[in-house]
Amino acid sequence: MAETFFGSCPVHRITRADEAYPARFRELTGMPAAIYVRGRLPGSGPTAAIVGSRNCTAYGRWQAEVFARALAAGGVAVISGMAAGIDAAAQRAALEAGGESYAVLGCGADVCYPASSRSLYETLLRRGGVISEYENGTQPLPYHFPARNRLISGLADAVLVIEAAARSGSLITADMALEQGRSVFALPGRIGDIRSEGCLKLIAEGAYVALSPESVLRELKRIHPGGFPPVSRAPKEPAETILPQTGDEAETLPISGAAARLYRAVTHEPVLLEVLAEAAGLSPAEAAGAAWELKDRSLIREVYDQQYVRKK
Amino acid sequence: MFHRVMSAALLGIEAVPVYVEADVSDGLPVFSMVGSLGLRVREAQDRVRTALKNEGFALPPKRITINLAPADISKDGSRFDLAIALAVLMSQAVFPPEALEGVMVVGELSLGGRVNGIPGVLNTVMAAKKAGCRLCLVPEDNQAEAGLVAGMPVMGVGSLAGAIAAARRHFDGAPVHKRIRPVSLPAGGEDFADIRGQRLVKRAALLAAAGFHNLLMTGPPGSGKTMAARRLPGIMPPMTDDECLELTQIYSAAGELGEDGSVIAARPFRAPHHTVTVKTLTGGGRLPRPGEITLAHRGILFLDEMPEFSRAALEALRQPLENREIVISRTTGTFRFPANFLLAAAVNPCPCGQYGQPGGQCTCSPAAIARYRERLSGPLMDRIDLKVVVPPVTYRELTDAAPSDVSSAVLRAAVLEAHRRQKERYHGEAFDFNSGIPAGRLAEYCPLTPAAARVLEAVFVREKLSARAYHRLLRVARTAADLDGAAEIDRRHIEEAALYRMAFKGPEE
Repeated sequence: MAETFFGSCPVHRITRADEAYPARFRELTGMPAAIYVRGRLPGSGPTAAIVGSRNCTAYGRWQAEVFARALAAGGVAVISGMAAGIDAAAQRAALEAGGESYAVLGCGADVCYPASSRSLYETLLRRGGVISEYENGTQPLPYHFPARNRLISGLADAVLVIEAAARSGSLITADMALEQGRSVFALPGRIGDIRSEGCLKLIAEGAYVALSPESVLRELKRIHPGGFPPVSRAPKEPAETILPQTGDEAETLPISGAAARLYRAVTHEPVLLEVLAEAAGLSPAEAAGAAWELKDRSLIREVYDQQYVRKK
Repeated sequence: MFHRVMSAALLGIEAVPVYVEADVSDGLPVFSMVGSLGLRVREAQDRVRTALKNEGFALPPKRITINLAPADISKDGSRFDLAIALAVLMSQAVFPPEALEGVMVVGELSLGGRVNGIPGVLNTVMAAKKAGCRLCLVPEDNQAEAGLVAGMPVMGVGSLAGAIAAARRHFDGAPVHKRIRPVSLPAGGEDFADIRGQRLVKRAALLAAAGFHNLLMTGPPGSGKTMAARRLPGIMPPMTDDECLELTQIYSAAGELGEDGSVIAARPFRAPHHTVTVKTLTGGGRLPRPGEITLAHRGILFLDEMPEFSRAALEALRQPLENREIVISRTTGTFRFPANFLLAAAVNPCPCGQYGQPGGQCTCSPAAIARYRERLSGPLMDRIDLKVVVPPVTYRELTDAAPSDVSSAVLRAAVLEAHRRQKERYHGEAFDFNSGIPAGRLAEYCPLTPAAARVLEAVFVREKLSARAYHRLLRVARTAADLDGAAEIDRRHIEEAALYRMAFKGPEE
């Protein structure tokens, strides 16, 4: 359910006539005559839209975070729709990495939809902005969303689709982006997983393959007029993760042998505890206790029922 | 002349002595019955009159009044027929009143004079014993069940004529009571070895059976949740003689006892369909009859497709899950039925059943998934101690000819060992399983190693456990320790219990 906030952060109505109206919009046709903004608007620095489906895989969510973090660290503002799933994951990660993020909503700028993104919404008011072409109090009706996608791509220099099913709204964003002359990147997913069909289709139709955050940054550097802060390297994945030191707190108990063995069996793909136990050579009782231990130490995460992945 | 015969009314699962008083006096011939009678008792008038006629005893052309005392107990059912007939006959001097002194009589009469079986005979005989009767006269069909009560002579009759003959003989020759045979397992070959792989599920089933903890299984349709649930009773420890008798009483009162009067020797497995009404589930009716939860007493109540049950039905389970009994209040009185059952439930992960399967075949929207999972409300889930996933079976596992090494026999042996420890530990207590330890005694029966205490504290804080959740976690850990043969609960027991308790947080946000 949509909720309305009457906070201290007022909603500004900005029209074409105002200075503050985004330059990127001026170049395009079909942009709204007036927009409502709570917080700020993206400046002249590089921006990238990161979009994807609500019903995403653990892999998709992970990659959304990886790319968002890297782009934010590279000085790129992340634009998205604040939707559950990919959008929210990307925006949160960008903010956590110290960057800026902006959300374009399918409802009034004072309405927080979806409710699950409430904390994200609040943070965006402080560290970025929330934008809408609809006036205050407008509820999130279904037909607003395809329309708002053109604003997301309109504000971005490049659009990155992390994960999309065959009929995802993110494909609309990609279409708009092409019409607006933006570069479109798509992250390849697994063949056979219906949640990846949209991205695979985009790649087949000629979108850039998002092989790494660096490839996106390189493209942004090429197309973005004006200055670009030096790219800071995204942190490299350790090849074989060693267990974090339990370290300084004398309180913490040492990690048990069973937990260490279970950890080695966990990957970035969700796997049933049953299977992990088999792989680690643990009895069901040992495996259950070990899984709890690892969850407790934030080393693994439960994504579906009793399926675990490594936590980043 | 006024005569009376002792009988018994069935109130819930208790039988209560009732006196059938007959008075024959001058006046217009009429047969009237009083005493807070239900519809079926009133019909006794016609049955008794016709049965007496067919046996060759005509009713005198006088005013006959029958009273069932005490009048403030509500009476229903056809069980008083025989007593009424005998009372009338007594007033005709067909046999002397001393013949029926101290004899409790129950039975239904058919029009031809045959004595038909009734529910609740075991309960009646137990009431007769309590009331100090010297004999219980029951229908022949219920004789086997009636004979289960030690120290209470019982005679079964098949016809009114037989009852009269026995009364004239002053009931000599009453049979001896039958001893309950110790339990052997339900036949039917349902073995855990039939289930391939699924080691975690079997482990969870083991914990459930050993400590009598509630169990929730989730998984796609056809993965084996029902299969696993059905095999649970086969690994549970046997009931004591008293427990068998208690259960037989319940089944007798519910009219579910077989004709051969076999005692209920195996733990029950009740699996009501999800369209069940609250009344059928918990018990009810004007003169309440035991519901499914009572019929599952000391056994398993299996709810397949739990979210499909009505909200009212699920809510009605909360109290019995906590108090292990159900109290039903009626204008006719307050009835307490025991309901100490192990709740086993099966759930799909989402409406289409495919959430969590690789390849993303789940066609449900996140909102639909959340709504579906929400039907298992917080308080109900809080009372389920073990949650485990039953993954789909791979083709290889399915076609593997060799049976699994984790068979029911293996699991049962472990359960019996753990049960032995619990019996020893709780000797003299009102409870016999770990799941029954009252909150106040947990500290005494669940000693923790220092490592366990630290882990438990961390779990409590980080998961923001309620007091109830904390106590339940401790009980499961106690069972894990018992299966390990450990006197003290160690951290790995706490961790295992925590994992089973905290599972299934739902779609990630």
